[in-house]
Amino acid sequence: MDFRLTDEQRALRNGVRELLAGRFGRDALRAAVGREGTVDRALWRELGEAGFFSLRVPEADGGVGLGLPEAVLAFEEAGRALLNGPLVATHLAATGGVPGAADGGRVVTCDTQLPGFIPHFADADVSVALHGASMEGRSTDGRSLQARPLQARSMRVRYPKDLPTARPARSMDPLTPLHRIPGAARTAPPRPDAVLLTAAEQLGSAARTTEMAVQYAKEREQFGRPIGGFQAVKHLCAQMLVRTEVSRSAVYAAAVTEDFTEIAGAKLLADEAAVRNARDCLQVYGGMGFTWEADVHLHLKRAWLRGAMWLTASEAEEIQAEALASAL
Amino acid sequence: MDLTCTEEEETFRAKLREWLWQVLPKLPPKPDPGDWPGRREYDLGWQRMLYDAGYAGLHWPVDAGGQGATPTQHLIYLEETERAGAPYVGANFVGLLHAGPTIAAEGTAEQRARWLPPVLRGDEVWCQGFSEPDAGSDLASLRTKAVRDGDSYVITGSKIWTSHAEVADWCELLVRTEPIGPSAPKHRGISWLAMPMDAPGITVRPLRTLAGSAEFAEMFLDEVRVPVANRVGEENDGWRVTMVTLSFERGTAFVGEVVACRRTLGELARTAQRNGRWDDPVLRRRLGRLNAEFSALWRLTQWNVSEAQNAGGVPGAGGSVFKLRYSHARQELYDAAAEVLGGDCVDLAHEWNQDRLSSLSYTIAAGTSQIQQNIAAERILGLPKGR
Ligand SMILES: Cc1cc2nc3c(=O)[nH]c(=O)nc-3n(C[C@H](O)[C@H](O)[C@H](O)COP(=O)(O)OP(=O)(O)OC[C@H]3O[C@@H](n4cnc5c(N)ncnc54)[C@H](O)[C@@H]3O)c2cc1C
Repeated sequence: MDFRLTDEQRALRNGVRELLAGRFGRDALRAAVGREGTVDRALWRELGEAGFFSLRVPEADGGVGLGLPEAVLAFEEAGRALLNGPLVATHLAATGGVPGAADGGRVVTCDTQLPGFIPHFADADVSVALHGASMEGRSTDGRSLQARPLQARSMRVRYPKDLPTARPARSMDPLTPLHRIPGAARTAPPRPDAVLLTAAEQLGSAARTTEMAVQYAKEREQFGRPIGGFQAVKHLCAQMLVRTEVSRSAVYAAAVTEDFTEIAGAKLLADEAAVRNARDCLQVYGGMGFTWEADVHLHLKRAWLRGAMWLTASEAEEIQAEALASAL
Repeated sequence: MDLTCTEEEETFRAKLREWLWQVLPKLPPKPDPGDWPGRREYDLGWQRMLYDAGYAGLHWPVDAGGQGATPTQHLIYLEETERAGAPYVGANFVGLLHAGPTIAAEGTAEQRARWLPPVLRGDEVWCQGFSEPDAGSDLASLRTKAVRDGDSYVITGSKIWTSHAEVADWCELLVRTEPIGPSAPKHRGISWLAMPMDAPGITVRPLRTLAGSAEFAEMFLDEVRVPVANRVGEENDGWRVTMVTLSFERGTAFVGEVVACRRTLGELARTAQRNGRWDDPVLRRRLGRLNAEFSALWRLTQWNVSEAQNAGGVPGAGGSVFKLRYSHARQELYDAAAEVLGGDCVDLAHEWNQDRLSSLSYTIAAGTSQIQQNIAAERILGLPKGR
């Protein structure tokens, strides 16, 4: 047993971090806020070329041929950087063989991840419906879609005659435009990998807000010394570290075992870590934290949104309770 | 990221499982939790069985009489013994988990030969005399003084919260061999001694815990003579030796208990299903959340062990992160147990209610949560020292 990252995994994580630092730094993030979260198509294609979406597509099919643990590391980085766009849906579509998804040529969203809403609907070329292990694809321009079967899972492709009558909603997250779709309800449990990759984004966000709080606490001075010297502030930061590291272990382990109960638990803890850490970071920032200028609110809003996606806390708790009861 | 065990590790697990299956039925009945003399006998008996089977000091180095097992094997050991319901280290806690490893790391050849084998064989019990009435969290400000007189130190002072002091043979004792000066840092001038508990001048007065038992004690030292040869490490260099001890205490000491908590959680669910409380979605979800919590703590343990294995077996600062979350989760577990029990939560005859009381010590003993947070903030996150 060696649970640590392998050298290759470390290299992959650093590669994604560098790519995002170069292409989606602070200015790009703020520009994305200015565009109300619409997808940067050029960046999308670059991500595609770098293999972000085709990470789990077999090499024989032109993909990178890696597994869920590697995808988790890449999505953790996306979460750190607050990268916007329907990342999970496009990645899953690529894994499921939806044409154009793997190379970043198409932006693929999903209409079964958030009850009643579709994220990035106006931007997307395709919307997929994911239920359990299966995936249905529909092109937003009405064209039919051909898709290869997933490696081990079955995939049904549906050709919709009409799209849901979607109308724009006012999204809480300035980086995730939303459309409301009336009457949409989830019919089956979510796909495990969708849940876990979202949890990985939450983990990245939790780690990032911890760093932001620590950095601010070392620099900001009050009463003639850095506020990080005050225990009240120190203890907020220590708790942020604890939440991050506990959810990191849960997310990484779930990526290795692919066990759905464990994935549900990982989402539960990562949601909590992302939300609570963003709130504590906001507290450490003081008045600055309450401004639009600081990035803290962007982390908190996205964390709230992701918390409502795929699997909510109460659903995850019920899954865990069920596992507890059935193990008897 | 690899969570699977090697073939060698799986063979080790299978052999251990088989052995546990054979010996556990032969154990005498468990003594009452408050009966420390009884627990001493029981725990030493278990240690003797481990010794005879070649499992004593599993993670100790071979040249200290241990088995030189890898941290992963140690983890498997803790997992399997807890799963099988085998006894916990109990009264052997200090000897096996910190005094022993400290002597193995810092002691001379004679010291190792004198003190390590009896710990492994289950002949001698150790206790820890660190805390004092005025030096708890601020351990370095301890005042118990040792004055050199020929080949001996003459020790005067008092210790407190010394767990199972009444049944111990030896005490890992921190003393001040140089007074706290106005200029020298107080960490200097401390020495680490092995004190025989039958030496004249030692008075042990049991303290009653909030759980009703006499689990720890006050210790008064009135001109107790301890040979200079019993000092581990240099004179006045005891603080560094102590840090070695504490890294063991925080790093691995609580690992086995996570498995025990998971077992208890399963029992809570079973009881709740039997008494109808399971139908309450709030309680059910609370138990579900705890299940996620303890699974994650187990994964964190595996993560820390992998890190330690890579760093030559020494537990890192990750131990503080673990202890902070674990001590809290354990208290939550028994609060949830009280809810499962409903009205019966006021009856001390139920083991869970006793455990609920004991769990209150987890955020205090072995460094309070506030101190652990300071450690995490300063040593891991690099925040400035302060008050
Ligand atoms: C069950 C149990 C068994 C124990 N066994 C042993 C043993 O065998 N041997 C031994 O030597 N000791 C033992 N201890 C002692 C234990 O290590 C101390 O209780 C602990 O370190 C705290 O010290 P204290 O009790 O003096 O509390 P104090 O240090 O007086 O702390 C009181 C409160 O003040 C807070 N506080 C203190 N300093 C700070 C600070 N700098 N910043 C923020 N908050 C602070 C603490 O967190 C705590 O909340 C045991 C304790 C318990 C409960």
